[in-house]
Amino acid sequence: MNHFPEAWGRPRDDVYGAYNSTYLQTSGPKAHTTSPAVTGTSVLGVKFKGGVVLATDNLASYGSLARFTDVKRLRVFGGKAVVGFGGDVSDMQYIDRLLESIDIRENYSSHGNMLNAKNLHTYLAKVFYKRRSEFNPLWNHILVAGFDADDQPFLSSADLLGTTFSSPHLATGFGAHLAVPILRRKFPDERGIETISREEAIEALKECLKVLFYRDARSLDKYSIAVITQEGIDLREDEQIEGQSWAFAETIRGYGSQTS
Amino acid sequence: MFRNNYDNDAVTFSPQGRIFQVEYAQEAVKQGSVVVGLVNKTHSVLVGLKRNAEELSSYQKKIIEVDSHMAVAIAGLASDARVLSNFMKQQSLSSKMTYGRPIPLDRIVTQIGDRAQTNTQHYGKRPYGVGLLVAGVDAAGPHLFEFQPSGLTHEMQACAIGARSQMARTYLERNLDKFDGCSRDELVTHGLRALKETLSQDKELTMENTSVGVVGLGTNGKMEAFKLYEGQDAVPLLEALEQADSAGAGEGESMEVDS
Repeated sequence: MNHFPEAWGRPRDDVYGAYNSTYLQTSGPKAHTTSPAVTGTSVLGVKFKGGVVLATDNLASYGSLARFTDVKRLRVFGGKAVVGFGGDVSDMQYIDRLLESIDIRENYSSHGNMLNAKNLHTYLAKVFYKRRSEFNPLWNHILVAGFDADDQPFLSSADLLGTTFSSPHLATGFGAHLAVPILRRKFPDERGIETISREEAIEALKECLKVLFYRDARSLDKYSIAVITQEGIDLREDEQIEGQSWAFAETIRGYGSQTS
Repeated sequence: MFRNNYDNDAVTFSPQGRIFQVEYAQEAVKQGSVVVGLVNKTHSVLVGLKRNAEELSSYQKKIIEVDSHMAVAIAGLASDARVLSNFMKQQSLSSKMTYGRPIPLDRIVTQIGDRAQTNTQHYGKRPYGVGLLVAGVDAAGPHLFEFQPSGLTHEMQACAIGARSQMARTYLERNLDKFDGCSRDELVTHGLRALKETLSQDKELTMENTSVGVVGLGTNGKMEAFKLYEGQDAVPLLEALEQADSAGAGEGESMEVDS
């Protein structure tokens, strides 16, 4: 046995040859995160009459590997707002700690935490923008849901560049391609959120999650869903996509073993 | 030369447990001209008596707008007040930039309180020679805070600081229960009357020497931005005070006007 601790846990030189230290970069530009590592996929959100629904699946992928299947990607802030995270999971955990410390600081005030979802979204967008300007981005795309200062339902997105976007229904990641068209068909602009019921909004998101599970290879059939109303936040983190039917898969050609 | 051995700096306690420099700073507040603040369920009002150093000079500003939702009234060294109000303006702006919300009153008052306290615990520093009344609205409604050179801050329903302010405080204490139910204009009148109480025999409130600041919630529950009444703008308020007082006198009462 080699008694030098620096050799422990390494491939043995006598078996594998000496380590080629040119793999280690010792010069050149400093590289911050240039790609995410463990990632969450889509976040979906819809406004309805009197509130907002947010949903994500519970998967954290490591590349194409479905690495963690119980990751909660919806985070409640101060009992008033919910943030849904897509993108890098470790950066999500960092932002979650940031939110925790803000909540604690705000609660020193005699009136408690008075930051609403809109304030939170403004803040997080600034955090993202600052980090991207330092060439050290937080690799996330988030949705923030809750209420604004006028107690109107609020839903808005912010991404790793600090770009913000708002709409009555939003989706990040693959969902931006697959879920948004479904949501736009169900809730066209001219309908207005006043005509959308809570149940309808939840059903629509469940439908979108199912489509995403069918077609997004980085998704999972276990999901979390949060309903934010003036009465409070109903967060369910251990849900299962119901009524799957893979019959359509038989007809799909063009990849795998069925290339013809 | 010295009143005692324990007042050379602000870091040494006297054997009686007092910090004389802080007490002297509080004297500076007592020598400043009077400011009155009062608050009800919808509005927060600041009223100040301005002084001019000499006949030909302008009057010293007594009420400084920090942001559209908040203002401070000052008693004591105006230059110290400017340092504090500039700091408050910065903090308020930074809250609007990062969170998109007006800074909560108790937050910013705690911050200036902390700043003032460090001046009472570091060698070579001196306490601020100014007292402030901070009036404003936030998500929790209208507020009035008192700030002292010692770093002490209190949320108040009504308060007066500065020269002869005891007379104003007496008025405020006697009429405290009327404030909550009264309107914006009546609250201003109460503030002006409290201010008037402090005047010496040969003085009176004029449009030159009176400053009134109002901030609060409008009838729709939305914030009504801070408004400062000085010069010509103060004339209607002074007339309202005069009218209310003469109406009260007609009924054989000297003070009761809003029944």
